[in-house]
Amino acid sequence: MSEPKIRSILATDCGSTTTKCILIEWGEDGYRLAVRGEAPTTVEAPAEDVTQGVLNAVREVSELIGRPLLDENGELIRPYDREKNQGIDIYLSTSSAGGGLQMVVGGVVREMTAKSAEKAALGAGAIVMDVLAVNDGRLPHEKIELIRQLRPDMLLLAGGVDGGTVKHVVELAQVVGAADPKPRLGIAYELPVIFAGNKDAQEPIRETLAKKTALEVVDNLRPAMDKENLQPSRLKIQEQFLEHVMAHAPGYPNLMKMTDEEIMPTPAAVGSIMETIAKRDEINIVGVDIGGATTDVFSVLDGVFNRTVSANFGMSYSFSNVYAEAGHEQVMRWVPFSLDERELRNRIKNKMIRPTSIPYLLEELILEQAMAREALRLSFDQHKSLVTGLKGVQKKSDLSALFGLGDEESDTLIDMRKVNMLIGSGGVLSHAPRRHQTAMMLIDSFLPEGVTTLTVDSIFMMPQLGVLAEVHPDAATQVFERDCLIYLGDCVAPVGRVKPGETAMEVQIDGEKLTVRGGEMIVKQRERDLGPTQVTIHPARGLDMGAGPGTSFQCELYGGTVGVIFDGRGRRPFSFQNAVTDLSEKDRLDYLSKWNESLQLYPDFKGAGH
Amino acid sequence: MGAYTPGLKVTPGALLHFSRRLPLAGQVEAKKGDRVKWDQVVARTLLPGRVEMVNLASKLGVGAAELPDILLKKEGDKIEKDEILAYSKGFFGFFKSPYKSPITGTLESVSKTTGQVILRREPQPIDIKAYVDGVVEEVEPNQGVVVKTFGSLIQGIFGLGSETGGPICLACQKPDDTLSAGAILPEHKGKVLVVGRLVTAEMVRKAAQYQVSAVVAGGIDDSDVRELLGYDLGVAITGNEKLGVTVVVTEGFGPLGIAQKTFELLKARVGKRASVSGATQIRAGVIRPEIIVTDLDGDWENAQDAPELELAIGCAVRLIREPHFGQLGKVTGLPVQPEVIPSGAKVRVAEIELDSGEKFTLPRANLELIEG
Repeated sequence: MSEPKIRSILATDCGSTTTKCILIEWGEDGYRLAVRGEAPTTVEAPAEDVTQGVLNAVREVSELIGRPLLDENGELIRPYDREKNQGIDIYLSTSSAGGGLQMVVGGVVREMTAKSAEKAALGAGAIVMDVLAVNDGRLPHEKIELIRQLRPDMLLLAGGVDGGTVKHVVELAQVVGAADPKPRLGIAYELPVIFAGNKDAQEPIRETLAKKTALEVVDNLRPAMDKENLQPSRLKIQEQFLEHVMAHAPGYPNLMKMTDEEIMPTPAAVGSIMETIAKRDEINIVGVDIGGATTDVFSVLDGVFNRTVSANFGMSYSFSNVYAEAGHEQVMRWVPFSLDERELRNRIKNKMIRPTSIPYLLEELILEQAMAREALRLSFDQHKSLVTGLKGVQKKSDLSALFGLGDEESDTLIDMRKVNMLIGSGGVLSHAPRRHQTAMMLIDSFLPEGVTTLTVDSIFMMPQLGVLAEVHPDAATQVFERDCLIYLGDCVAPVGRVKPGETAMEVQIDGEKLTVRGGEMIVKQRERDLGPTQVTIHPARGLDMGAGPGTSFQCELYGGTVGVIFDGRGRRPFSFQNAVTDLSEKDRLDYLSKWNESLQLYPDFKGAGH
Repeated sequence: MGAYTPGLKVTPGALLHFSRRLPLAGQVEAKKGDRVKWDQVVARTLLPGRVEMVNLASKLGVGAAELPDILLKKEGDKIEKDEILAYSKGFFGFFKSPYKSPITGTLESVSKTTGQVILRREPQPIDIKAYVDGVVEEVEPNQGVVVKTFGSLIQGIFGLGSETGGPICLACQKPDDTLSAGAILPEHKGKVLVVGRLVTAEMVRKAAQYQVSAVVAGGIDDSDVRELLGYDLGVAITGNEKLGVTVVVTEGFGPLGIAQKTFELLKARVGKRASVSGATQIRAGVIRPEIIVTDLDGDWENAQDAPELELAIGCAVRLIREPHFGQLGKVTGLPVQPEVIPSGAKVRVAEIELDSGEKFTLPRANLELIEG
């Protein structure tokens, strides 16, 4: 293999709590992860300069690799010098520090242009703080107060198809103008506002907003009822993010000078790597990145990419919000011991006020992983409700519409049967003490259907690989495959209602015959290195693996660190979801204990208090 | 991971700096070097008044484009409540009906596209006070000042309610006393009242009833916070609650005795005026609730800022997770290699010794430095 021009790549991800740094080096077998370091992010007081945390993380990497990366002035040594054994070739970074990119979006009708605007902002890597619409039920002065209080980094305004009514979108712009919005970071610059609505409204919008805001006009993101055109808005948002928001964040002007390519918002970078992998392998993917403050869900189905950010679901800063949204019962259904509500509430709030503390006892880890399941489930629910067909387009009536089932959940375009791979990323999934726990958290919260490969980001480096994919896709995909992605195994779950104890499916795998009963989870240990194996699954009557109810199904499975997991708990409904809460406390604990035992989730757990 | 939670400061005397900023650009009312009192206004601005949006064209039955011609006022004109802004066209010039302004303020804008007029109420003045006695150290033109002072500072872990103040008063004898609402009395009006290991919703209501300025306790039950706020607190951003009293919790959620050092400091400052804030924000620039008692008698202006502490052997720490939650100890060792803890995770740890002599190792992430 001839030596490439770029041999050493340094990349950081400045998260809200930690700045993670990786060094990728070219060697005999291509590009590989060399080392990883980290340091606390320094975007906030007392340092208020993001580059300090970056340099600290680079120093750690430098010590670990045993070669100078910074000169005596604290500047990166570039390019890599083999003789002197110092430096790197390129440096890249992503960032979600300081709260990421926070936006308010608006459109005329909540379910139409406002929803398209929300999708455009989320796709660009933003956190959507609120969605304004003419029909959102709030009075103009309430909207004005809201914009003032939220102080977003940027505002995206859409509304009206091209050639349609101008009046409503101009009314919305008047609300924005009346709020005289000020950006979050600093009061010395004007708030960037992007207008991506009816082209006939551009002039009155300029009259209304140009003097009060840094107004930019792009092509209509919903030029016709049946057409979305989100890309111009997404690109403009990312451009404005760098020009306005980043330029005013503490230390970012210096960081922007340090990097060889533009800084990407972290979620945009993670989305980019997932999109790259889905395209390359021609598969459908659902991915998740669960952070301290937010949880991002990505999907690439039939080539269509979607991303949502659940701004208030996460494992540290947003921990308490997960409990507030999910409720006590929903969290406790995953906990294999009893706990008084008052005690659980206090524990959760103590984590909220000391967000970087970690579970020490096994019992605490189990509680945090129960919370993670709920954070993931809630975030995925939000993703499904956003990824729907375009509203406002005339459709043929079907039975579900006739019976009033046309709600957001049933309208979602996320079909779990089509999903080939689930990818998990983020501290609670990447750093779980046992990979079995990661696999079970993914299964319980995403409820994969049919056959789905389960994977996890080994050490949480997808953001850096995402930004690398933009400049050096080969290096990014090589490291992704070899060092980033860990194959946990396959989940096999037939769709349909199961009854406790009755046969759910019979399986032939590696010459062995397995019977999986309703409510059971069975794991067949199988390393991926063994190569594929032909598997035949006979689902019980009424259950469907993809070939039709009760029809046998054949496929190739690989296994992985955990193996092949057969899930006999049913789907649509996930029978043991509701049943568990209706069960007696003893039966609830029994089921959890059986699942824990078959997956070897917590082998040392002997019951609470031990 | 080298992470540990930066400590809560509990210090009898330190140089302190308070940024006093306006929410919107305005005027700064103090100069660099000025001596200021806690209740002195250091910056003020006018918050734009609330707006009323009225679709006047449809109210008067005219086209949007005609609106500017029939309005009796121009954009930017002052308007009085009940002042006539326009007349409808009527029939052949008769039966014209007037449209009277619903507010006093300004006619901000008139839209020929939508027929909408925006009326803005009078601006509201916002005053930013010095909050503590001290000296103006820095002026940020149009934005605010930084006030430098010297005194004792106690940072809490969680609070509710805005800035307030008053003389410190102990309602409890010991830091882990459990009091009931009956311990809060009318003579506690205006005081910063220390109530022991737990403040309950009933105690907060009683304190508000007697106009107590602030209540300080070791802990609070989350179910009581929910009862007081009427909702579950999802994200720890507080400071604007209207409870009638400010609450400062020094240790955490649940019944937890106030740390001995904190209690001793409060006891030593009984009767002195404290500035208190309940504002808490865990992310995007950590804000902790605080109790400050200034002491400007000595030669404090040449004092140096205390250096930021790093986790090191000998440091005093608070243990912030089970199984030793709330206990205080000191660091006796910092092993380099990560160790496996009972949860199964492999993490960087510290060796800890409690005052009782008990020794064990804990994740560094579960330690909080006690500073000051």
